[in-house]
Amino acid sequence: MERYYQPEIECASREEIKKLQDERLVKQVRHVWDNVPYYRKKMEAKGLTPDDIQSAEDLYKLPFLSKKDLRESYPYGLVGVPLKDCVRIHSTSGTTGKRVMAFYTQHDIDLWEDCCARAITAAGGGDEDVVQVSYGYGLFTGGLGLHGGSHKAGCLTIPTSSGNTERQIMFIQDLNATILCCTPSYAAYLGESMREMGLSPEEIPLKAGIFGAEAWSEEMRHDIEKTLGIKAYDIYGLTELSGPGVAFECSAQNGMHINEDHFIAEIIDPKTGEVLPEGTQGELVFTSLDKEAFPLLRYRTRDICTLTREKCSCGRTHVKMCKPKGRTDDMLIIRGVNVFPSQIETVLLNNGYQANYQIVVDRVNNSDTLDVRVEMTPEMFTDNLGEITRRQRALVDGLKSMLGIKANVTLVAPKSITRSEGKAVRVIDKRKI
Amino acid sequence: MSVRQISVFLENKPGQLNQLTEVLAENNIDMRALSLAETSEFGIVRLIVEDVYEATQVLKDAGFVSSLTKVVAVAIPDEAGGLNKILKVFTAMHINIEYMYAFLGGKEVKQAYMIFRVDDYKTASAALRSAGLKLLDQEDIADL
Repeated sequence: MERYYQPEIECASREEIKKLQDERLVKQVRHVWDNVPYYRKKMEAKGLTPDDIQSAEDLYKLPFLSKKDLRESYPYGLVGVPLKDCVRIHSTSGTTGKRVMAFYTQHDIDLWEDCCARAITAAGGGDEDVVQVSYGYGLFTGGLGLHGGSHKAGCLTIPTSSGNTERQIMFIQDLNATILCCTPSYAAYLGESMREMGLSPEEIPLKAGIFGAEAWSEEMRHDIEKTLGIKAYDIYGLTELSGPGVAFECSAQNGMHINEDHFIAEIIDPKTGEVLPEGTQGELVFTSLDKEAFPLLRYRTRDICTLTREKCSCGRTHVKMCKPKGRTDDMLIIRGVNVFPSQIETVLLNNGYQANYQIVVDRVNNSDTLDVRVEMTPEMFTDNLGEITRRQRALVDGLKSMLGIKANVTLVAPKSITRSEGKAVRVIDKRKI
Repeated sequence: MSVRQISVFLENKPGQLNQLTEVLAENNIDMRALSLAETSEFGIVRLIVEDVYEATQVLKDAGFVSSLTKVVAVAIPDEAGGLNKILKVFTAMHINIEYMYAFLGGKEVKQAYMIFRVDDYKTASAALRSAGLKLLDQEDIADL
């Protein structure tokens, strides 16, 4: 039985969703115009007034917002209400530059937690479930977002936060946690640790996991599902837009439903900014519909993906986005070729290795080098030197056909690549350009 | 009749082999024989020890990846023509040797031991035994 947190919205007809979006968009644009001078100037520069936006069809007229705008207006420039009405801030980790700060009123927190509650309910969560939130608590949206969502979904919530693997496992075992929320790399690490402790998937009480905040492949999903004996659900979000729960996966596990009552999604050509037809791959752009403190119109996520409105077996009617192929800032340009770490991960998992790897890019004699460091596993080790070398060569060939460029593969000792308890450091770019 | 050899994955860089011997030393594990095979990036250390179970546990706990391989251990007199005698048997039986290494020592002086990795250790053992050569099993390794 599919569970819904807000079935009247999650399963509303397309007409109802469209009507709601049109109404909310007009109001949101008016709110931004009145209260966010930074964006108002952008609209004025294009000769636009709020009257030019009568429905979602007019969305394309509006100027884009990018991470650059967020940095320029740091910290208060895009805040749409007096600070006395705000109740919280969250912030990005700042890994790709200056931190981005997002502001919330109580209303914003409520709608965000509703989105997370939808995700938890879609993963089967209800009042008889015990949800362990192993995302970091703090400025990072992962912990508090899923925490609030878990409360709203009526689950017993264990706020373990990230880190301290032994304690995480103890809580899962002792309190019979049924749903785990964390980053996929940490889920894989927990699974690996439990297997080493001799726990079989049947002995682990978990039934589902909600994993997001970093890119992960379909193969990694299968690995995690197998070691933990669970169904692994993807969740998507950005601090700028609220946090996790902008989109979430349902029982169909083939794409994430975007909460369209709160966000309008578009796919654009990242070069021209032109809106692309449904099903075409491009950059994902979001417009918030119901935010007070930090309303964002046409915010460019830098995530590359596709959208589909095909009927979903779960009964939800909201548009689905595919797993992002990679973020434009994760994308490496090596010898002029676009390379996403997720592609490398796919090749590793297809060849029997685990997703414990690191990509080292360097420039030697004006030419880029790509080295993929892969940890040896008990499964892939054999006494036969020739066989190990053959498997290594198969990896090199697999990478070559996936990426279109040659990568060197270095086999390294188990656990020699630093494990993340938050986000994995996958890429080391030593090029000095 | 065969002996179980422990093969361990190591990166080919300074200090790696020492890390392994450190773990063995700390746990008081005596090596009977050791051999190395390497590429420029990684290597395989092959070990013959008395207590295979204990050694593999200790290595696993220390984070090493290892595997067990059945190898043939033969005792030969430490004198000219000793190895030649064994290889003749293999040639006659068309047995291909993947790799081999030797070790000396133990209680008996003038005695050498050869370790052979072959495709089919059963056929190889039978052939060596019918040629009158002395083979060792895991218990013999402990008694050396």
